[in-house]
Amino acid sequence: MARMKFLCDAERCIECNGCVTACKNENEVPWGVNRRRVVTLNDGVVGAEKSISVACMHCSDAPCMAVCPVDCFYRTDDGVVLHDKDLCIGCGYCFYACPFGAPQFPQAGAFGLRGKMDKCTFCGGGPEPDRSEAEFKKYGRNRLAEGKLPACAEMCSTKALLGGDGDVIADIYRERVLRRGRGSEVWGWSTAYGLPPKPGAQPPAPQPQQAPTSGKS
Amino acid sequence: MRTLALFIALAALGLAGCGEKEQVVVYKQGKYQGKPDNRSWENEPPVAELRGGKWTKGDRTSWEEAVKQRQLAQNEYRRIGQ
Repeated sequence: MARMKFLCDAERCIECNGCVTACKNENEVPWGVNRRRVVTLNDGVVGAEKSISVACMHCSDAPCMAVCPVDCFYRTDDGVVLHDKDLCIGCGYCFYACPFGAPQFPQAGAFGLRGKMDKCTFCGGGPEPDRSEAEFKKYGRNRLAEGKLPACAEMCSTKALLGGDGDVIADIYRERVLRRGRGSEVWGWSTAYGLPPKPGAQPPAPQPQQAPTSGKS
Repeated sequence: MRTLALFIALAALGLAGCGEKEQVVVYKQGKYQGKPDNRSWENEPPVAELRGGKWTKGDRTSWEEAVKQRQLAQNEYRRIGQ
């Protein structure tokens, strides 16, 4: 059974915001709502600048689901966390609970009106008939029902952003790390949702000049 | 006659309130309360112009295989070649 996840390779992300644009375009997300955004750490520091694309991570134990007072969240068979906008009351509890800031609230109305929550659907639509007009208007396009992956991941020019089954994208990422010979010290070998190492995969030889890191996982 | 008609109209108006639909969802703690969603593989594969995956309607395994091929296409080491 697939567990759909995102993985962003900070070594490859060039902060082009192509994923943000692809998401906006594919789902016709309203102005002011950003289902996906690119966060840059150490901005402007030469050699230390890293960017990462962030959206809903479709947590296996999602805090938004836990705190929702009206229980409008559900998880699909593929591990995608979705919600029913007909039930959402726009309270914002999910926004406070989410460690990634994924839930978004349209504020287009008068008096600071906060509308129903909107978030990344892994391009999986919502609880309306698949590929219907109603589903598109409320949740955006359902690419999973077309046998496709999220537009952000498929549009990524450097393939920094990977989307799909956690096991599959973890294998892709692991192969990259093996080929470039570095990167494992940043994320740890149990990255990408804890898949154990494959028998054929070997970590790079330890660097003698590197100081041991206490936070290595 | 007019009194009778007025009485019937008032009675109908009064009873209209009793026929109001329940507007509040009955919540059950910890359970999804929304509409059921259908599964991706329960759809027909999209038309060729959309360039989506190909699977047999209702067959989850074939849908997963179609999506997996797109996932593997993200690996340029395999897609482009050695």
